[in-house]
Amino acid sequence: MQTLIQFAFVLSAALFIFGLKQLGSPATARRGNLISAIGMLIAIVAALMDQGIVDYRFILAGFVVGGVIGALAARMVAMTSMPEMVALFNGFGGMASLLVGMAALTPNAATFTLVTIVLSILIGGLTFTGSLIAYGKLSERIGSGAVMFVGQQFVNSLIVLGILGSAVMFCLQPDQAHWLYLVVGLSLVFGIMAVIPIGGADMPVVISLLNSYSGLAACAAGFAVDNNILIVAGSLVGASGIILTQIMCKAMNRSLANVLFSGFGSGKVETTEVEGEIKPISVDDAYYVLEAATNVAIIPGYGMAVAQAQHVVKELTELLEENGAEVNFGIHPVAGRMPGHMNVLLAEADVPYDQLLEMDDINPRMENVDVAIVIGANDVVNPAAREVESSPIYGMPVINVDSARTVFVLKRSMASGFAGIENPLFYKDNTRMLFGDAKESIGGLIREFGS
Amino acid sequence: MIPAEVFLTFILMLSIFLGFELINKVPATLHTPLMSGANAISGITVVGAVSLAGTGQQDLANWLGAAAVALASINVVGGYLVTDRMLAMFKKKEG
Repeated sequence: MQTLIQFAFVLSAALFIFGLKQLGSPATARRGNLISAIGMLIAIVAALMDQGIVDYRFILAGFVVGGVIGALAARMVAMTSMPEMVALFNGFGGMASLLVGMAALTPNAATFTLVTIVLSILIGGLTFTGSLIAYGKLSERIGSGAVMFVGQQFVNSLIVLGILGSAVMFCLQPDQAHWLYLVVGLSLVFGIMAVIPIGGADMPVVISLLNSYSGLAACAAGFAVDNNILIVAGSLVGASGIILTQIMCKAMNRSLANVLFSGFGSGKVETTEVEGEIKPISVDDAYYVLEAATNVAIIPGYGMAVAQAQHVVKELTELLEENGAEVNFGIHPVAGRMPGHMNVLLAEADVPYDQLLEMDDINPRMENVDVAIVIGANDVVNPAAREVESSPIYGMPVINVDSARTVFVLKRSMASGFAGIENPLFYKDNTRMLFGDAKESIGGLIREFGS
Repeated sequence: MIPAEVFLTFILMLSIFLGFELINKVPATLHTPLMSGANAISGITVVGAVSLAGTGQQDLANWLGAAAVALASINVVGGYLVTDRMLAMFKKKEG
């Protein structure tokens, strides 16, 4: 029986791997997710066959409570709130691994097992509280700014030393439970301390990293309870999170260490003088320019989602296409609040995915674009990243909308972006500012096309 | 006979390399569903949790196991369902 269970785990590992492979293309991704879910079902059924299980009541209660909460959350969450939900789920995964690590402690455990128990508690604990803070910042239940105070590095170093010390003591004296509780407590505190100095703009990096940790915690728990499938699945998730973290860091031209420790986005405003003048444009005039355009690029930012303008943008896209123009979307990797967020928001508005171009694909085409429409984006189209060496975002890859013949920037007012950086794009000769609520401005354009 | 620790570490090493290869091929447009799908997979902890929740001992470990089953089930059920909900919205241009 035990062998059969282990073979079932091999099968479910194969299904996870195949499922992830199918996620390589939007055409097969949905099937891939289903295959992965079947793998999970097989693993759970196999685990339930374990002869050590004599009482199913606790398990059933856990399944029902968790399943109902999960199903409700999945059904009710708005697509704009996906980052919060993923952050929260990272935290739950971390906590589950922490609990498994704690429960896996048996008298006479080998030192190797003790070390893996400590690791699953440490990673799981900091993932849990770190994710709760990230959730709080993303959902703006707590201030999204970076929290810095004097002596922060010192306090953090003390916590790390405390964790190391109590972890070593626990491995030497596993029968002394208070060392274990100290590791648990300090790991939870460390998660909070690690995420509070990180500003709201850097949250895409943080949730990617915590995603990775939730996998690594599962991995450590797998070592603690001697289970292959936890190790395989956990390390797949760990690898995925690490890759996404790298992509996000690269998209912001920052090193991971810089994101984690510098408190960027904490509201330090660069006041570089920009030459030129702002040239506003009316909806009427914008319509005439768009009507004559044959190649239009739309560059959305999170401001578009805040204004709930996705659906009117889709409507405008259709009108432009009926008018004979080619329309593409240029998506910067950090356009949303998490990797790929903007793509989901546009998919929800029925924009086909082959119309969504990545930054590296749209930039070479920008010279042939008649009108680039920037909606609710700011830093990701800021030419200062190429031109102004003193700019805090200098070197960050941006979408070069200023190479288009005309640029429309839809903006509520002249306030600067999420990171508080001046944008010279607004002062360029070929830029026209369309002030007002993005949804209303686009609604106005749609009415002009209708008449 | 290979010692268990070495065997498990071997599996870890291979899975991490495999993970990098697989995830590098996922296009940017699918990164959000990838993350929520990864959430679901990290709920695999449930497999470790059930054997701890089912000992029938009604001690601390048992309660911890049951709580872990509940938390991991949120990830599994919620993660797969929300990923499916998102992926259903991705459509190719007609014609």
